[in-house]
This record gives sequence, structure tokens and C-alpha cells, in this order.
Amino acid sequence: MSVDWLIPALLTIVTAATPLVFAAVGEVVAEKSGVLNLGVEGMMIMGAIAAFATAVSTESEVLAILAGAGAGMLVAVIFGVLTVYLQSNQVATGLALTIFGLGLSALIGHSYVGKTFGGLAKLNIPGISDIPVIGPLLFGHDALVYLSLVSVALVAWFLTRTRGGLLVRAVGENHDAAHSIGYSVTLIRMGAIIFGGAMAGIGGAYLSVAYTPLWVENMTAGRGWIALALVVFASWKPWRAFFGAYLFGGITIIQLYAQGMGVEVSAQFLSMLPYIATIVVLVIISRDSARARLDAPACLGKNFHASG
Amino acid sequence: MHLKSKLTAAAAAVILAAGVSSAAQAQLKIGFVYVGPIGDHGWSYEHNQGRLAIEKALGAKVATTYVEKVPEGADAQRVISKLASSGHGLIFTTSFGYMNPTLRAAKRFPKVKFEHATGFKRSKNVSTYSARFYEGRYVVGKIVGNMTKSNILGYIASFPIPEVIRGINATYLAAKSVNPNIKMKIVWVSTWFDPGKEADAAKTLIDQGADVIMQHTDSPAPVQVAEQRGVWAVGQASDMTNFGKKAHLTSIIDNWAPYYVARAQAVLDGTWKSTDTWDGFKPGMVQMSAFNPAIQANVVALAKSTRDGITNGTIFPFAGEIKDQAGKVRVKAGENANDGLLAGMNFYVQGIDGSIPK
Repeated sequence: MSVDWLIPALLTIVTAATPLVFAAVGEVVAEKSGVLNLGVEGMMIMGAIAAFATAVSTESEVLAILAGAGAGMLVAVIFGVLTVYLQSNQVATGLALTIFGLGLSALIGHSYVGKTFGGLAKLNIPGISDIPVIGPLLFGHDALVYLSLVSVALVAWFLTRTRGGLLVRAVGENHDAAHSIGYSVTLIRMGAIIFGGAMAGIGGAYLSVAYTPLWVENMTAGRGWIALALVVFASWKPWRAFFGAYLFGGITIIQLYAQGMGVEVSAQFLSMLPYIATIVVLVIISRDSARARLDAPACLGKNFHASG
Repeated sequence: MHLKSKLTAAAAAVILAAGVSSAAQAQLKIGFVYVGPIGDHGWSYEHNQGRLAIEKALGAKVATTYVEKVPEGADAQRVISKLASSGHGLIFTTSFGYMNPTLRAAKRFPKVKFEHATGFKRSKNVSTYSARFYEGRYVVGKIVGNMTKSNILGYIASFPIPEVIRGINATYLAAKSVNPNIKMKIVWVSTWFDPGKEADAAKTLIDQGADVIMQHTDSPAPVQVAEQRGVWAVGQASDMTNFGKKAHLTSIIDNWAPYYVARAQAVLDGTWKSTDTWDGFKPGMVQMSAFNPAIQANVVALAKSTRDGITNGTIFPFAGEIKDQAGKVRVKAGENANDGLLAGMNFYVQGIDGSIPK
């Protein structure tokens, strides 16, 4: 069998995985600080509409992505104020945030339905991008793909190698201890939540300015939830979240290619595959239940109040 | 979920409290239930265009209300009953999954008239209606069979139901009739609406040699991908020219407006009866958007004559002899497929590769 189809398939996998990478890595940081934010879908969709609206009105890609990140941050701030300062339930607030984001984005996006623009330019280095196989695979993407890679590396480095990362993890593992030695649990958590919002917003922006440069209501179509599942799948490790996103995107795309090549497997089964793969990996990594518990931040989902 | 009403709740309450005033009696309240957002630029969008057409045509004689994004299931039952109990005389429920909730509400509110789209169960006060989209697909087949250079057509399919299979067969038969070397690649995405996945499916098909992308899904993403990759595309439900000025050959448009206006008028006149409507080009329920100027004149002429032939009943997309993949004759030579066969179509015609997912 010819492998001509492999390169384009891999390129498509990259675009399918990139929004998931952004959202999942942002959520890793939030959850590492002990905050379970189920509003990823809401933050992504707000990022998507903000970025699209900005792209259409200013035609600046950089501004569009910044707007996406900003919108994600704004929605995250709402979540942060409610859960960190006002002690509301994280699960309920996160769910509400998703519903709120979907509704508000539809309202804002009303006048943008049917508009379009060129989409994010691909990196094209003459000579290098034309090298067969390696050229398109390594140098043929848009800037956000590279940014996603850099941000995974930075987050991994930050969480494991820096004092700031240590504080985030400390707050997530035992907020009372962190508080008692003088660190501000609320500020650290707000920072982590806002970072998560910015990343989810960029993930949404990727959808509306690079993946499919258009705006339609509910265009995230559940990717925020997949990103949330990936965080658990990755046992809260940034690089594993990255590979999880590529595995998920990969299986989704390969099943489309398999159908196009006439492989006789039921479409429903193939659509199910990415989810089955997620479950299988979850089972494998949580075989050792003691270790699985160690992976999850001990204070995940628990609110903190200085009174104790 | 949003209940937007032309009448404010307060005004409605006043009318109810005062008994049904003569003004309220003269004015027909019409309710619409949509499965998607009206901003989907596809299915629900076109139903809402039909609602606006009623308002425009009948003016002060009617007042319309719509509820969007109503999930098929228990919520639908609640929404439909609420519309029926709040003085609506005619209610359009515009998705297949509203079938049973509509019938249950119709039983409880025998004086209210119901119109259910794409369903097959009727009662004394429930009509059903649907459009023969496959007529549009047949015209599309004639165009794409001529436009393709690679002789590979890409088709993004949603779910293996008769509606979708009928579209695939109609397209294939027409394309094959003008280009015997045609191959059709079909990718099932198991969703009506997911722009990302639809775009991925389009990329897949193009990577595998397709130079025309057709879709039975609702977002304009595949048209956009076709534009980027420099291949042809055919839009679905609404005019999708905007998303690919070069790529967009034409779109098959659902136009519910004439039917909606006629049914509202029938209620006003007191002539409304429970009916089953399955219309195509003839009354304008299915339309084609403007053809891309890049299509050669003789192909445009062929498309137009095919459309006119279907409209005046001289061309039938499913005219015999039609065999299925196993070679069994499904429609005999000299006959046309009857509506029963069309409505329950569950086979690919001979020549299509692959099998229908089960």
C-alpha cells in the first residue's frame, strides 16, 4: 500500500489535536492548583467568537488570538471570583460557565453567522517547507501549532522545575499547609484559573481562525469536554496531555481515512474508537489504584477558606 | 432555551384575563419549535426564514413565536404543550424527533393544528411535510459528473437513514449518467453538525483524490476547505456561496416559506385539513442557489433542463431500471420508484463502492 496518504493524514491530525492541546494543558495547570473547572467548553467557545469577531473586523491574526485568550481569561475570572472568593461549588459553577459561554457566544455571534475570512497563514519557509515528507510535517503549520508545542514545554518546565510551579502544586496538594506557611492560596488559584482560561480561549480561537475560519453557534461541539477527559487521561502531566490529544485526534482522522479507502468497518464503531481508546488507557494507567490516587491533586475540587 | 414572543407575557395575560377578545380571536398565533439555533446557517435557519415569510405575507393577522434549541425528547413535549396551552392555533415542530411529542400534545389539544416536519405519523390535527431534497441532489449529480477531472466525487454523509441514502443514490445516478467513469467516496461522520469534523472529512476526501465535495451535514466548513484546497463544493440547506466563492458550485436550498404561508392561510380561512406533503422543485420547496459562473454554459443548461424536467414531471431521478449493489432489480425498466420505496430506501444503487454502515 502506498503511503502517499500518510503525510496529509498526519497534517490533518495536527489541526485536529491542536485545540485540544491548548485547552487540556491550561486545565492541567488549573487542576494542579486544586481547581476543577468544568467550564472549559464555555471558555473555548467565548475564545472562538472573540477571536473570530476580531479577525473579521481588524483582519489581524495576532489581535484575534489575543482577543481569544482575553475572552477566555475574562470568563475564567468570573469562575475564579465565584469559586475562590465566594466559595461556590466548583462543579456546579463550571457547568454553569459552559452553559453561560455557549449562550453568550451565540448572542454576540449573531451578526457574524455567514461571515468568513482567509484563515491563519501557514508557515512557509521557501526551500525548507518544500522538502518532501519532513518539510510539510515540521515546517508546514500555522504559528499556533508551534505555540501549542512551546506552551506544553513551558508548562511542563514551570510545574516541575520552578518555584512558582512548586507553589501551584503545593496549593493543589494541601491548601491548608500552603496557607499556614504564608502563601496566598486565593491568588495562586486565581492565577492558575486565569491561565487555564487563556489557554482554553486560544484553543477556541484556533477553531474559529485556523481550523475552520467561520463562526457558527456551538462550533466547539464538545471539544472542551474531551480536553477535560484528556487531563485525567494524562494523569495531570502536560506531555501526556499533549500525546493524548494527538492520540485522540489521530484515531478520529484515521477512521475518516479508512472509510475513504473503503475499509469495511461500521462508521459508528469507528466514531466510538477515540473514546474507547481513552477508556482503555484510563483503565491501564489506573490499574494501580494507589498510584492513580497519588497522581490526582489531593485538594482537587475542594474550596479553600482561610478560616479553616 | 429561549422563549421569544412577539407578545409580551403581560399583554398575553391581559388578553387571557379579559376573556378572548375579538381582536385576539382574529389574530392567529403560530408557534415554531426548532431543534438547532436559528444561527446554524442551515436547517433551523431556513425554518425560521419560513416563519418570517408568514409574518411578511399575513402581517397583523398573525403573531409568531419561536423556541430554538429544543432537544428531541421530554423537553420537546413540554415546549409544544406550553405553546398549545398559551393560545397558539398552529404549531410547526421542525425536527424528526418531535414526532411522538407532537402527537401526544395534539391529543391533549384537539383544537390546535400541528405541522410536523419529516415525520410519518399523522392524526386529525397533525399534518406532516417534508421536501424532496433528492431532486436537488439529482441536479447536483449532473453538474458534478461534468465538473470532476479526477472522476472521484467526495460525499460527507451524516447518519445511514433513508433520507441520506436517497441523496447519495440520486447524486450517483445523475453523475453516472453524464460520466460513466465516476467513483464516489463516502465518509460517514455520525453527526449533523460539527464544523471541525466535517472539515476533517472534507480534507480526507480531497487527500484521497476527490475534486468535488458534497455534504449531507449542516455546517459550511466543508465548502471552506474545498475553497482552500482548490476543489469544487456543493452547499447544503442554505446558500453557502460566502464560504467559498470559487469552490461553491451551487447549494440545495430548503425553502419552507410557500408551504408555511399556505398552511397559515388555510387555518385563517378555516380550510386546514390534516395532510401529508412531500414536495420538491414544483412548488418551490426545494431550490438551487445561483450556479457558479465557472460552470460551462452547456452544463448549466443541462442542470436547468434537468431541474425543469423534474418540475414539470418529465424527468424522474429514480426512473427504472435501477439495480442495487447485489444486482437485484429494485425499480423495473419503464417504471419510476414509488414513494414507499423512496421513503424507506436502505440500499446503495449498483456501482457505488462500499456498504452502508449498519
